[in-house]
Order: sequence, then structure tokens, then C-alpha cells
Amino acid sequence: MGRISGLEIIAFLTAIVVTTVARVSVEGGDAIQPASLFLTCLGYGLLVFLSANIVRNFAGGYMLGPNARFNWLGWPTGSRTGAPRGFRARMMSGLDAMEGHVEWFIRVCGWSAILFVMAIFFFVIKEGAPALTGSLDLVNFFSSSKWDPTAAGKAEYGILALIVGTLSVTILSMLMAVPLGLGAAIYVSEFAGTRTKETLKVLIELLAAIPSVVWGFIGMMVLGPILVATTGASVGVNMLNGALILALMSVPVIVSVAEDSLRAVPDSYREAALAMGATRWEIVFRVLFPAAKSGLLAAVLLGVGRAIGETMAVLMATGHSGRIPRSLVDPVQTLTATIAAEMGEAPRGGEHYQVLFLIGIVLFVFAFIVNMIADLIVKGIRNEKNG
Amino acid sequence: MVTVVPTPETLTEHNTHIEFSDVTVRYGNDVALDNISLKIPRNQIFGIIGPANSGKTTLLTCINRTLELEPTASLNGTVAVAGQDVMTMQDVYKLRRRVGMVFPLPVGLPMSVYENVAYAPRMAGLHDKDTLDALVHKCLQQAMLWDEVKDRMNMLGTKLSGGQQQRLTIARALSLTQDARPENTGPEILCLDEFSIAIDPVTTMKIEDVLLELKKSMTIILVTNLVQQAHRLADTTAFLNDSQLIEVGETEKIFSAPDQTMTLDYVTGDFG
Amino acid sequence: MVEHESAIALPTTAAHPFVSTKFEQLKLRRERTYKYLFLGMAIMLVVPVLAILAFLTIKAWPSLTWSFISSNPANGMTAGGIWAPLFGTFLLVLCSLLIAAPVGVLAGVYLNEYARDNWGTRIINLAVVNLAGVPSIVHGLFGLGAFVYFAQMRKSLIAASCTVAVMTLPVIIASTKEALAAVPMAFRVACWNMGASRWQTIRTIVLPNSISGILTGVILQVSRAAGETAPILFTGVAFYINMDQGFALDEKFMALSFHLFTISKQVQNVPESIQYGTAVVLIGLVLVVNSASIAFRIYLRNRKKW
Repeated sequence: MGRISGLEIIAFLTAIVVTTVARVSVEGGDAIQPASLFLTCLGYGLLVFLSANIVRNFAGGYMLGPNARFNWLGWPTGSRTGAPRGFRARMMSGLDAMEGHVEWFIRVCGWSAILFVMAIFFFVIKEGAPALTGSLDLVNFFSSSKWDPTAAGKAEYGILALIVGTLSVTILSMLMAVPLGLGAAIYVSEFAGTRTKETLKVLIELLAAIPSVVWGFIGMMVLGPILVATTGASVGVNMLNGALILALMSVPVIVSVAEDSLRAVPDSYREAALAMGATRWEIVFRVLFPAAKSGLLAAVLLGVGRAIGETMAVLMATGHSGRIPRSLVDPVQTLTATIAAEMGEAPRGGEHYQVLFLIGIVLFVFAFIVNMIADLIVKGIRNEKNG
Repeated sequence: MVTVVPTPETLTEHNTHIEFSDVTVRYGNDVALDNISLKIPRNQIFGIIGPANSGKTTLLTCINRTLELEPTASLNGTVAVAGQDVMTMQDVYKLRRRVGMVFPLPVGLPMSVYENVAYAPRMAGLHDKDTLDALVHKCLQQAMLWDEVKDRMNMLGTKLSGGQQQRLTIARALSLTQDARPENTGPEILCLDEFSIAIDPVTTMKIEDVLLELKKSMTIILVTNLVQQAHRLADTTAFLNDSQLIEVGETEKIFSAPDQTMTLDYVTGDFG
Repeated sequence: MVEHESAIALPTTAAHPFVSTKFEQLKLRRERTYKYLFLGMAIMLVVPVLAILAFLTIKAWPSLTWSFISSNPANGMTAGGIWAPLFGTFLLVLCSLLIAAPVGVLAGVYLNEYARDNWGTRIINLAVVNLAGVPSIVHGLFGLGAFVYFAQMRKSLIAASCTVAVMTLPVIIASTKEALAAVPMAFRVACWNMGASRWQTIRTIVLPNSISGILTGVILQVSRAAGETAPILFTGVAFYINMDQGFALDEKFMALSFHLFTISKQVQNVPESIQYGTAVVLIGLVLVVNSASIAFRIYLRNRKKW
């Protein structure tokens, strides 16, 4: 990072003075709390300090090469090795002189992923936690099927019906998506020729790109009327509709992960089976399935994760009615859709608002577990392959 | 003029360039170098021979500390270059700029031939166009590549043939520069690890002549599987087997009357 | 089975050793059956979707005019076009990528070039995986708690952009890592051996040869950011904004995905052609971006430098 020179100190002090003057002139001298003023001064001061340090190092490298020496003010005065000539050379040596800063910045960005996961957990808990210490009964929360947050007298917060709704739609969609997805993955990895394979993979990738709100729209406008006509359901937007849409949405994940794990089976297995006279479908069922079973399991888990977390499509396509479904074509309400539909009307800090955040925690934990298991399985496969 | 070739026995502190003292290297639990002590004299060609997997390449990676890029590697003992312990050096990049490395697998960088050779000087801060031009010309000529690429300096280094890429890596090793001052070009140590496996015999002979010329200005360490190459070029030769230093001595002695029978078996082809 | 085989096979094999037996023919036929079964499964995925897309396009065709794109919604969404939401989506994508791309790419660089294989790196990788798996609606809740209320950004374009940026971050990290890992290790080792520092190596060799792969990954996130609705739902998207007042970072904005949601679910009496038109424009936008990224990738694969 280089040594500190007068330039940075001057920049730091200037930033403090400017910040103080600006805040005092805008907000008035009496209204400002000293602690808050101190924090803003420190924040801006450090920002300017760092910027000055970066600029000085770059300028030194630009003017005199990576081994520039600076005087007490931070002005580059000389170099052991001679200055670069030409714009390109100067830029390069300026960039090299910034090496320490860049590496430091790269490190911070690398660790930020952890920060974000923790921040998500923290803020969702922070907003939802007051409900736990308040009047909410946790047992009732999970076991009651009465969800009526806007009731006139006492609001009811039981998410059992929502959990049942989420699980039933998810399971139903997986019943359709898993066989189809695995079948398509097998076709792509074992049977298809190169051109078909590329085409199918591109198409499935494009399938994954269609936004969830469009899927919901398709469910409402296209699938709904078809379902009414074919099953005699009273409304088109129902559990079956949502499950069909979710199946189409989670298939791309299943296909791509399953195809990866099938491809990870060494060719020697296939060749050994072929040499013994096995046909390709025998290879698929007797050799590939046992060898790739954990990868296929991970594919299914990731599909489940996608289906559980999906919001807009299920909000639009499942009918959104908070009762435990009795038949395949009953409307259902899911956890995600509930948050999406009701957060707009819940005032901040109210019990309804907090309970919706609690549902968010439930979803977060659920997704965390599913992804963790899938990741462990995938890592296990990779280690097995390497070892 | 008769130059007295200092043998390991007659080495003084002044003409020792690289010194290994009790060096043991492990990759995880596998021992790659087992308690090696070795002095490499200045301005010589120092041959290292030995069967595959005997630790020859590991020995080279200790010198410029590229060993530490291997996550599982650990080093005990000291390696000193010009009397200074490499592990205590502050600026490892400076060390690496003093030691040119050529590894058996040719690697052309995905940039033009010119930029390949100008890469090291540029990274050291030398950007002056005229100096670079002259340096690239000199290095490519020393590596016997100039005639083949002089009309296509903009070709990608990765698109050259295997032998050409190998000579390109030699040219790059010769182009190492200490800092932006043009007089500080050239490595002080050149490590060649089986440099000739992808190069035809005629060109190899020409490069060998260049090496004999170059040793006046640098120390050359020549790791080779071709025993005769070591015989032709090296002033001093060391024989490594199974991670251990079996014998080191004047090349003539190693090839005619070594102390160890194992060495004699190896150089005469009766090994194993 | 064995008796059955030999009984039929013997006479034929004696005369023509390479003519297939009945058993082998049975096997072959069954193989073909399975092949077509799996092909059918693949087709069942692709064909209905293509049919639906074609249906949507046909329904939307009458409304797909330039004036539909360039005019604002009018008469309580029942007339006019989609300019305001389209422009809002554009701003959202731009802002979120400006935040997510540098952080994500640098994090990818850290994980692939700097991080050693230790517990810290394992935790980061685990965090990336989990960040990618967090449901989008939970991202929305996080944005509401963290950006809208805690950071006091209010419901605004910048709060929504930050939320979407956090959501796209893990995928950018993953695709950057992949692109960097595709640069052979030998290039790095060659540079290190010439005394180039880690940063010099990254700057001169690794990034120039992976930047196109990194960009492909970032482009893909354009379509994701454009299509997501749940994360922006509570963080700044508005039902209706008068375009005449212009856009500002700290103001609410309209987005195409949310606009499609409102005109199909919340507002009554919206003409079908407007609904279908909006849906098709959104799909078109996303598919164009994705196809471009795929084409880019294929182009890159064909002109590799090594």
C-alpha cells in the first residue's frame, strides 16, 4: 500500500473539515449529534484518504515507474530505475504501482459473499424477530391452518395450510419434472448426436431464461382455460396448473445438473459394459444410474429448491386461496406467494409484517438445507472422481 | 589461456553461486528431495542427471521459489543464491527475475512472439521501444528462433510448432530483466530442464554452442535425460537418484571414474 | 434365456456368423424403443413451450407496433403502450449490473486466483452456493429490511437495484470462476517464472484471455435482472409513474415484469392484446439477450487462442 505521505493527511483533514462545514450549514449547528458527526467525518475521511493513496501511487507509477520515490508531500521526485516512456508504458507502470490496493480490494470482494449471506439472515431475522417475543404462539403458527391476517377481531396466523400448499404443489410438480428431466438428460447425454445435443441444450437453456412472471401469465391465460375445458375444474388457476408451470420451470435445472453427473461417469464404465454386449439402455439402467445416482439426487434436490422458492408464477397460477386443498384442481396458497401478495398491505412493525418475515426465515432455512445437501452431494462426487 | 574449473571440493565462498544446505522437500508426505547439500559454482554449466522422478525438477523450483506455488510442498534447509537465503528474500519477484527457467513442456503465451519475449522486461518496468526491440532480437537469435519468426513477429506464441515454442521459452528466459535499466538485462542463472526434447538435433547443437558462450556471463544449470548432452556441455555434473544426491564432481570424473558404481551404471547405460 | 438364445442362434451363426440372432434383434428393437422414449421426453419439454410461445406471439401480433413500445400506459393501463416500464427495466438492469458486475467479477478473481484451499475459502464457496439458492422473494424481504429501511434508501430505483445486484452476484461469481479456470495453469506458471507478480499475471494473461467468457456470464444476468419480479416488489417498483417527471435514482420506477403482473392480475378490463403484447416483449427481450450470449459463447469457442 505504500507509505503514508502528507498528501493523504491533508486530504483526510480536508474531508473532515468539509464534511463538518457541510453538515453544520445544512442541518444547523445544534441539531447535529456529536457521535453521528464523528462517524460521518471518519467515513468520508477514510474514503478520501484511501482515494488519495491510490491516486498518488498510480501517479507515481505513471510518472516515474513502479519504483518511484516520493517526497514528504507525496510528490514523486525520482526513481532508481528511470521513468517509463510513452502512454502505454506509463499506464502499465501506473497499474503495477496500484497492485497492493487492487489485491486488497479483490480480497474484500471475495469475502463479501459471506457478508451478504449473513446480512440476508440478519435483516430478515431483525424484521421478523419481534413477533417471536410478542403474542405469537409458535406452536399455533406451525400447526394451525387458519391464515387470516386481516380479520376484524383477532388476526389468525397459522401457516399450516400454506406449508401444505407449498409442499403439495412442489411434490406434484416434481412428479412430472423429475421423470421428464432425467429422461431428457439421458437422451441428451447418451443417445443424441452432437447437433441434436447442442440444439436441445440451447433450447433448454432458453427455457430457463423465461421470467417467472411470464410463466405465471402463461398459467393464467393459456393453461387455465385448457384445464377448465379438460378437467372440469371450476377455476383454471389451481394446484395442477401451478404444478405444471413449476415443472416446466424446474426442468432446466434438473436436466443440466443430471447431464453433468451422467457425463461425469467415466467412459471406461460404458466401454466395459459395451464390450460385454450390453445395449445402450442396459448401460443406462444397470451402469449409469447406479454410478451417477448421487448426482441425479442432487439434480432433483436443486429442482425442489427452485420449485419451493418460486414466487410470481405460483402467485398467478395457483389461485391463491388459503385452504388445505382437497383435490388436484383446488386452488392453493403457498408461502412465497403469501409474502408477495400481502407485504404491500402490511404496515411496517405490525404483527402481520413481522409474521411475513418469519415466513421468509422459514423459506430461507428450507432453501439453505436443500442447497447444502445438494452441494455436499455434488462435492462428494467431485472428490470421488479426483481421488 | 587455461581456465581453472573450480570443482565442488575447491569451491570458495567467492565462486559459489547457489548453495543447497540440507534441503529436504516434501509434497504432502512424499519426499521429493532427501537432505541434499550441493554447491553450484559461478559461470559454469552444471549438469544434473538422473532417472525420471528423482527430484531434478524440484531442485530447480527451489532456486526461484516457484516451489511454494505448490500448495502441498514444504521445504526444510536453506537454499542460498549468491550467499543470500532465498526464503528470507523480501521481493520474491526480484529473485525470479534473476533466475531464468525453461521447463520441458513448451508454453507459448497467448500473445504475439514479440510480446512473448518482451513480456519479462515489461513486467520489470522496461518499456523503452528501442531497447526492447534490440533485446527481443538478441534473445531470439540466441535461442536460434530469429530466422524462423523474424517475418511474423505478430503471430500468436501458442500457434508456433512445439520446437519453436520450446525455443521461444528459452528466448523468454534469456530476456529476463532486473529493472527498467537496459544494462541490467539477462538472468544471472539459467535453469534448463530438458530443454531439447522438442528440438531437432541440428538446432540443439547450435543452441549448445550458444550456451557455451553464455556461461561467461551467467551460471547455467542443465537438467537432462541425455547423458551425452551433460557430458558434452557440463563442467560439473551431479547425479540424482530416488530423491537423493548420489554423487557430484567434475564431469570427466563422473563419466570416467565415478566413486559410486550406481553412477557408472547410469552413465554407461547399465542402470537398473 | 440362454437356452432360448442358443436354440435360435445356432443354425444362423453356423452359416453366417455376423447375422444377428433373434435375441439380438429383440435387444436392438428394445434399444430403439428406449431411445425414442427418451427422445419423446425431451420433445415433451421443448415442443409445448415452443407452441405456447408461438401462441403468445400470434395473440400479441396486432399490438406489436412501434407506438406500443414508445408510448406510455394510459387510461388506467387499459390503453397506451409500455415505454415507461420498459425504460424502468432498462435502468434497473443497468444499475444492478453496475453494482454486481465489479464485485462479482473481483470475487470470482479472488476465489480462482488468490484463495488457497483452506477453511475460509470453503466457507466463501458455501456462501456463494447458498446465496444462489435463496428464494427470490427472500431477497425481496432482505432488500426491504436492509436497503429500504436500514440504509434509508426508501422504496426507490437504487434500493431495488441493490437488491437485484445481491441476487445476481452468486451467478456472476460462478461464471467468472469458470471463465478464469478455463485459462490453462501453464500460462500463469510461465509468467510467475518470469518474475511477474500475481496481479501482473492476472492483468496481462488471465483477464485478457477470459474477459469474453466473463462478459458472457454477465450478459446472462441482464436477462435475469430484467425478468425478476419478486425482489423488486417491495423495494421500489411502482404501479404507475408519470414519465413526464423523469427518472431519479431515489424515486420509484415502473418495471416490465411487474407491469405484466399488474395488468394481468390486478387491473380489470385490460385488453388482451396489451397483456399478450407486454408478455411477448418481455420474453423477446430476455430471449434476445440469452441468444446473444449463447452465440457469443459459440463464437468464442471457435476462435480460441490455444
